[in-house]
Amino acid sequence: MVKFSKDLLGIRELSAEQINYILDSAAVCKDIFNRDLKKVPTLRGKTIVTLFFEPSTRTRTSFEIAGKWMSADVVNLTVSSSSVQKGESFVDTAKTIEAMGVEVVIIRHSLAGTPKLLADSIKAHVINAGDGAHEHPTQALLDLFTIREHKGRIAGLKVVIVGDILHSRVAKSNIWGLTKLGARVSVVGPPTLIPSGIRELGVTVEQDLDQALQDADVVNILRIQRERQSRAYFPTLREYSRLYGLNLSRLEKAKPDLLVLHPGPANLGVEISEELSVHRQSVITEQVTNGVAVRMALLYLLTGGGNQDEILH
Amino acid sequence: MRYCIKGGEIVDPAGGFSGSGDLLIEDGKVTAVERELEVEDCQVYDASGKLVFPGLIDLHVHLREPGREDEETIAGGAKAAIKGGFTGIACMANTDPVADNAVVIEYIKKQAQAAGYAKVYPIGAITKGLQGRELAEMGAMAAAGAVGFSDDGKTVTNAAVFREALEYATQFGLPLFLHEEDPDLAGDGVMHEGYWSTVLGLPGIPSVAEEIMIARDILLAEYTGARVHFCHVSAAGSVRLIREAKFRGLLISAEVTPHHFSLSDAMVQSYDPVFRVSPPLRGERDLAALKEGLRDGAIDVIATDHAPHTLEEKHREFSLAPTGMIGLETALSVAWTELVLEKILTKQQLVEKMSVNPAAVLGISGGSLKTGAAADVIVFDPNLEWTVTPEQLVSKSKNSPFIGRKLMGGVDGVWVNGDLKLAHGNFVE
Repeated sequence: MVKFSKDLLGIRELSAEQINYILDSAAVCKDIFNRDLKKVPTLRGKTIVTLFFEPSTRTRTSFEIAGKWMSADVVNLTVSSSSVQKGESFVDTAKTIEAMGVEVVIIRHSLAGTPKLLADSIKAHVINAGDGAHEHPTQALLDLFTIREHKGRIAGLKVVIVGDILHSRVAKSNIWGLTKLGARVSVVGPPTLIPSGIRELGVTVEQDLDQALQDADVVNILRIQRERQSRAYFPTLREYSRLYGLNLSRLEKAKPDLLVLHPGPANLGVEISEELSVHRQSVITEQVTNGVAVRMALLYLLTGGGNQDEILH
Repeated sequence: MRYCIKGGEIVDPAGGFSGSGDLLIEDGKVTAVERELEVEDCQVYDASGKLVFPGLIDLHVHLREPGREDEETIAGGAKAAIKGGFTGIACMANTDPVADNAVVIEYIKKQAQAAGYAKVYPIGAITKGLQGRELAEMGAMAAAGAVGFSDDGKTVTNAAVFREALEYATQFGLPLFLHEEDPDLAGDGVMHEGYWSTVLGLPGIPSVAEEIMIARDILLAEYTGARVHFCHVSAAGSVRLIREAKFRGLLISAEVTPHHFSLSDAMVQSYDPVFRVSPPLRGERDLAALKEGLRDGAIDVIATDHAPHTLEEKHREFSLAPTGMIGLETALSVAWTELVLEKILTKQQLVEKMSVNPAAVLGISGGSLKTGAAADVIVFDPNLEWTVTPEQLVSKSKNSPFIGRKLMGGVDGVWVNGDLKLAHGNFVE
């Protein structure tokens, strides 16, 4: 049996063994989608709070469904509007939630490191649902799961991550997970959005997208998040699309089994063309399905469930 | 009261005496330094096995009063200074109200005098309200006792305003203390830009944000002939620029803090805001360059940039916490542990960096144990091994990045103008 720590704050802290165990458990969980009655008693009596300081629909809904299908009570809190405006400190908010007898807190925050502060402040399990430009571990886990389902392995694959690497927590978590499992990772994007020291994470920086895609097995396209960028890192969206947007003509030059991932929501016509987003090589909607399975597995393993065969019983 | 400090190893590079000896203090002055003194009617302070230094002088302290007495007061900061072996401290102008006029300068001096701990040397603001636009009344502040000028915490970004400040200050013969960081390049950064900022996802401040302002101000200092002192130099490139400028004969000086030469950006991994500081803790290569700069003389001074913040301010999200860390009570032990024991500096050089050179930068007496000098003296126990805990610190705020660290060497005795303030590690009340 593989042991897990109290919290999941990032993929950086996980071993390859732990990652594989989560993915194996998620495969068990995915079977629930084939059932009419999508409810198992595994987490009955446990309370999960989603604490989102940043708007999000898909990640929060995915966690909520994962928790509810396992019979946990799920409470959603949007904090930006209430306590923070009253001047309540973050640590205070954390203590208050803890005092209500919560087992798991799922947090999203615009500031990197906030899940760590939460985890250090409370005894409940903390799952990072994305913090600033730090990590988004469950997104990486569902990406790994999706790649593994299609390619049968991670080791030895070449994965290209395209876009705003500097501000992307998805890129960071993917890099840790992919390299730990033995993939070769390349990043491509405007030089202004490639952070310093990225090579020390074990990735290759490539300038030309077409060239990078030539021998790639997987491409993970990041969302351009204008709202996260404090200034213009590239001249126009049109120029960005020309240099780094993925479209059919680019896809045709790549390997025929190139798998296309996007964490969503996509800016269609910017980083990915609409026709490509629904292309047979694109697995964007599958990623969403797998997200629920991965989060079910994670909730189970983190709250002390050891035997993955028992998740759906 | 007459004191005879007996049997210690006297380290006095400015006065010239070195080696085992006795030191006599009478009427607030050093009256004799000999291999062995036979004196009657005096209080003997046994310093055998210990070192005797001229009192340390810190060029860079934030005392927070007036305005933020919840963080620290003038009396409290001056007391913490004594605990750390500093008999003189220069305090920065970013109080509330700002020390940009003679009234605040006089207030600081009065409070410090009443407290009766370390000597306090106020530094006045360069520009009114630290706004970087209009010059503050340097003449009035100089007359009231300001020892220099600084907008510390901020850089005077407008080169024309700064040129005027440099030219105007030349008439008073006082130095300008410069906090160097280009705010545009620093952006919304909260830590050093490099491997760790990428891993941690925190916005980075590139080294070049500091280097570019140091380069500009070396040129402006050369052009105007003003005396400039670079505060808390943190980046390898800055050390190189300063070294080159000195080689060309420019009269500039520079300081480094104990936290910048001993702690790297890897400390931020914990996301603990106690490690948030301006300029940020930098990479290992920078730490090595700072130590090399201390060794070869590019860096003249070790100063603390002692910056108290309350627990409430620091126990929060990293990016929202204020910058700054305290350092008065740990500086000498950190420098001893990291520089002298690691053979980067000799004992003599350490005393130069922490006493002789800062006195010279401020243009004040001090930094010497010569006969006739004011008796600002400390006894340092190099064999004391201690672990930093919040309880030990007399500073009102406990935001020390060295808490939990084991350090070698501690301050044993302190005299200010011949008055014994700290005896065998305890305050004399």
